[in-house]
Amino acid sequence: MHRLANPARFLRIARWLTPAFLLSGLVLAGLALGWGLTRVAPDHLMGETVRILFIHVPAAWLGMAGWMTIAGASLAELAWRHPLAGIAARAAAVPGAVFTAICLATGSIWGRPTWGTWWVWDGRLTSMLVLLFLYFGYIALADAAAKQGEGRARVAAIFGLVGAINVPIINRSVVWWNSLHQPPSITMGGSSIDASYLVPLLAATLGSSLIFAGVVLARMRALLADQQAEARLRRKAMAAA
Amino acid sequence: MREALDPWNFVIAAFAIGIGGTLAMVAWSWLTMRRAEARRDATRQDRAREL
Repeated sequence: MHRLANPARFLRIARWLTPAFLLSGLVLAGLALGWGLTRVAPDHLMGETVRILFIHVPAAWLGMAGWMTIAGASLAELAWRHPLAGIAARAAAVPGAVFTAICLATGSIWGRPTWGTWWVWDGRLTSMLVLLFLYFGYIALADAAAKQGEGRARVAAIFGLVGAINVPIINRSVVWWNSLHQPPSITMGGSSIDASYLVPLLAATLGSSLIFAGVVLARMRALLADQQAEARLRRKAMAAA
Repeated sequence: MREALDPWNFVIAAFAIGIGGTLAMVAWSWLTMRRAEARRDATRQDRAREL
């Protein structure tokens, strides 16, 4: 991890890793979604709407993984002052928010024909909505902090760490409270999903995770380039003054 | 009485939102990165010319 603390070394690696992650992720997720849409048999209870889960489940996983990325990077920023940690946390916020929004939208679309309602205020749905609002708050705070200097960046990092408390609440919500949402199908002990659904689901999740990683790297490169350009313009202005 | 809902309308809507949202995010992030790196390279060339 500390080998990547040098931005020049990071950029050398990220230059080829960004398109590699994006292309492989788009191909793998595309194939898995195509398989799920056309080749998988309808479920005996959910019918054709089971196909929505190939979009919904990876988005839910990445919504939570995005915040854990923010929390991990914030810890590295606060504890070890890793020079790229704050940038990594900021870069993960937008893709995390996008996948959380996709999870909420597709879950709502799945709920209408399956549960008979677009929305219920139960533990899982509400805690996922709270996660989306946490993302909005973090994005606003981190952008404001970036404009005002290093001291304020610590506030965003602390918010990133404190907000992580919501992730285990989302994960355990279907166990702790009565919910329309089904209990966990994939646990450390195994999976209750049939292999004909599980294989394309895992492939779609892996493909989406590669896309997420590629987007985070692209956004880190953009933030680093902005910082470098701003620093040069500041130096130029000071030299001219 | 149950409503007769066509499940494919919901499947197509969910896939359109999921795929459309993901592709838009990828394209936006890629273009933002290319623009930022082009701006950085332009400031670097300005600096090199001045020296």
